[in-house]
Amino acid sequence: MEFIWEYRSLLLSGTAVTIQLALASLALSVLFGLVGAAAKLSANRIGKRAANAYTTLIRGVPDLVLMMLLFYGGQQIVNDLGSVTGLWGYIEINQFTAGVGSIGFVFGAYMTETFRGAILAIPRGQIEAGVSVGMTPLTVFRRITWPQMVRHALPSFTNNWLVLIKATALVSVIGLHDLVWNASTAGRSVREPFTFMFAVFIIYLLLTACSDVGLRWLERRYNVGVDRG
Amino acid sequence: MTTEQTFFEYLVHVSENHSPLDFMLIADHLDKFFFGALLTLEITALALVIGGAMAVPLAIARAYRHRWLNGPIWAFTYVFRGTPLLVQIYLVYYGLAQFDFVRESFLWDPVLSSPWWCALITFSLNTAAYTTEFLRGAIENTARGEIEAAKACGMSKIQMMRRVILPGAFRRALPAYSNEVIFMLHSSVVLSTITLQDILGVGRWLNGRYYLAYEGFITAMVFYMILVFLISQGFKFWEKKWLGHLMPRAVESTK
Repeated sequence: MEFIWEYRSLLLSGTAVTIQLALASLALSVLFGLVGAAAKLSANRIGKRAANAYTTLIRGVPDLVLMMLLFYGGQQIVNDLGSVTGLWGYIEINQFTAGVGSIGFVFGAYMTETFRGAILAIPRGQIEAGVSVGMTPLTVFRRITWPQMVRHALPSFTNNWLVLIKATALVSVIGLHDLVWNASTAGRSVREPFTFMFAVFIIYLLLTACSDVGLRWLERRYNVGVDRG
Repeated sequence: MTTEQTFFEYLVHVSENHSPLDFMLIADHLDKFFFGALLTLEITALALVIGGAMAVPLAIARAYRHRWLNGPIWAFTYVFRGTPLLVQIYLVYYGLAQFDFVRESFLWDPVLSSPWWCALITFSLNTAAYTTEFLRGAIENTARGEIEAAKACGMSKIQMMRRVILPGAFRRALPAYSNEVIFMLHSSVVLSTITLQDILGVGRWLNGRYYLAYEGFITAMVFYMILVFLISQGFKFWEKKWLGHLMPRAVESTK
């Protein structure tokens, strides 16, 4: 047990990496989700098809498989593209980039569904009203769609975020020095794997419990002034 | 291409030198992938059966707020749903060996030292936790009228549970359960981290052996996609069969 205290800086730095990874992936997934939802709801046939293919593909493929494909295979393709087009030189895809890229891409598909549902929940008349007073699509998005979308999207967003945090543990498999990696290395070196994994277990539990409480608070805030049946 | 070459050699040549993926290499190792798929399906299916069987009594106890059981069951589901499956499986497979009493117990030799058993135990508990929670929701959502009708017929509590509440709850939980099955299949990739050769395990082996990332991982990807497709088709069929009365009615377009 005293080893946990001795290795606290390793555990804390691992936790920091995990949190950074989760936040960066979240940002990327929100971006993918917004673009995906816009494509699914647009009149553009090709955009719609591409977005549908995206969400179907992601539902079919486990995140770790994509992560490994990106980490081991992505390097090759990026550098081949770079040398063919001459736009960039040698690029190295490290574990962090591969993790953020694949987790962001995977959860982008779930976010697409979340945002699509949330946008559909906004009465069509409000958007038409916005257009009729001469708002540009961007203004409509900023003033009408976004503020209400957040409210409708929050429950499912919370869910996605909780799953996303847990998915970050997988990046340790491709060797990112995150919480799980650091703890299992430390655990092996002092021959107390259970103690260290249990610490990781508790830290993840704290992370999910805190985000659960925080996001629920946000949900209440965004629902202020909404009538409930 | 010289005339002595057979068509097969020509295929191998194209596959090795011109095609982006070496299809012949994949074809050579396809049997390994099928065995990997068998392992993935075996552990996932067994865990779903065991976890599902555990979830039913747990969900009933949670739904009726059993005085002593509700709290512990809530804690169990909260803890298992709040932590990554990878950490849970590391804790069981790599962690338990830390304790001498575990290594000396009768369970060590056939069960707790084998990655297969550790995976099965962890997966079962994990899926039991998720299934308990949405099954509880489905039980709590039983229409009051149905229960009143059952009482009016003079059913005992057990009869009511068996004939009215559970059949309805299982139907309502079906869409959520199809998601759980697909998530379980997705999560089963962690098997490859505890030395088991599941689909991804074979992909990783291929990558390690030939240093070819696309062949191994894209084949694994295709295998998973086929499995997910089959599972979701199966659930679509069952939903039509058991939830057909709840489907939106097809309406002729007025345009």
